Amino acid sequence: MSTIEIFLIPIGLFMVAGAILALYQKSLIAAIVTAGVVSLVASVIYIILAAPDVAMTEAAIGSALTTVVFLYALSRIRKQGGSEND
Amino acid sequence: MAIVTILGFLLLGIGLWGMLTRKNIIKIIIGFSIMDTGVHLIIVSVGYLWGRTAPIIDAAVPQAQAAQRVVDPIPSALVLTAIVIGLAVTALMLSYAVQMHRSRGSLNIDDFRLPVRKRGEA
Amino acid sequence: MIKRLLILVAIALFGLMLLPLLTDLGPFKQLTPLATRYAEGGTGELGAANLVTAVVVTYRGLDTLGEVTVLFAATAGVGFLLRKSSRQKDEERGAADSEEAGSAGGQAGRSPFSEILSTGSVALFPLILMFGAYIFIHGHLTPGGGFQGGVVIASGFALLLAANSARRLSHGVLQLVESLSGAVYVALGVLGLVLAAGFLDTTFLPLGKLGQLFSAGAIPIIYSFVGLKVGSELTNILESLRK
Repeated sequence: MSTIEIFLIPIGLFMVAGAILALYQKSLIAAIVTAGVVSLVASVIYIILAAPDVAMTEAAIGSALTTVVFLYALSRIRKQGGSEND
Repeated sequence: MAIVTILGFLLLGIGLWGMLTRKNIIKIIIGFSIMDTGVHLIIVSVGYLWGRTAPIIDAAVPQAQAAQRVVDPIPSALVLTAIVIGLAVTALMLSYAVQMHRSRGSLNIDDFRLPVRKRGEA
Repeated sequence: MIKRLLILVAIALFGLMLLPLLTDLGPFKQLTPLATRYAEGGTGELGAANLVTAVVVTYRGLDTLGEVTVLFAATAGVGFLLRKSSRQKDEERGAADSEEAGSAGGQAGRSPFSEILSTGSVALFPLILMFGAYIFIHGHLTPGGGFQGGVVIASGFALLLAANSARRLSHGVLQLVESLSGAVYVALGVLGLVLAAGFLDTTFLPLGKLGQLFSAGAIPIIYSFVGLKVGSELTNILESLRK
């Protein structure tokens, strides 16, 4: 186990914890932001795996555009009225 | 790297679990997005070779040594398009969710069941 | 309870099905023969310094064409699902007229926008556009390319939309840019068929010296149009989802 693999274990635990939290949180906005954080950490892992193109794309899409798209949809749902949480 | 492949498997499992057990439609779509991230991690981690560097040819990695010092470029190319398509499909699913909410007024997937007709009714 | 157990068993079986990815594909020592062919041919016969760009644009060019088509279908789907019916448009026009007549100047019922955001977005937006254009023009030299540049351009538009919620982007202009870029992309592919070895072959323009801006044949031109197409498509999705 080289040093980089030992370094990746806490990052991996952080991602798994973030993913489980994103699915079990009550507030939808917090869940969406947590899913964006999981994608951001994935883009760091792509840099470690020597794939800079994929890291750029994942950082821009996974953490920025996906969160924006989710929040726009949520704002539309809120404007339509009715319940939004479980 | 084996650690990243295992991490990808875990994310895939968590995303799939979230899609199958959660009741809120937005949570189901978040589960899909997490599953997507896991699959991309698996693909890129399979293409990694130990001690090698990014597939760019410049002064540090001259052309003659390209095949000996460079990571596999094919999984990167596949995952590049897959990430953008994942975003487009997520946007499409969210617009479906918006329309579903407009028709019934709730985001709970249990409210979208067809009414079960009991025996004896017309 | 029994349903949860069944779901767990299903996911475990799914993981078991994918297990050979972990155990049989051991740590590699050499590139696969296909990857060796692409790594040596990317600089040799295509003149591109970024090998991933060479694979995406030329060696797997048909996959990129398919991906661009899928993006177009998804954007059209989002635009169709969230279209405004004419009744909604009349309602909105009526609401806007009554709001203008009722308010005595100033913002009626709208939360005050942050000045930093609105001033900063006006200053940052041209810089972000230029950065995105730089990324997809230099796609064959540095990490980056059409998809990354297009996404950065869409993020710039997202910043602009977030700062001023009354701003409307014109769907017509965005769709015009998107369709033109897609048509030019296919036309360049056909040009490769006519002038060079096959569809989407990029060697019909001179290869030039490795590492310069005007090199690698038609790769920068194709990737620029892919970048414009992706940027305008994602901006279209954002604008459809907004209101």
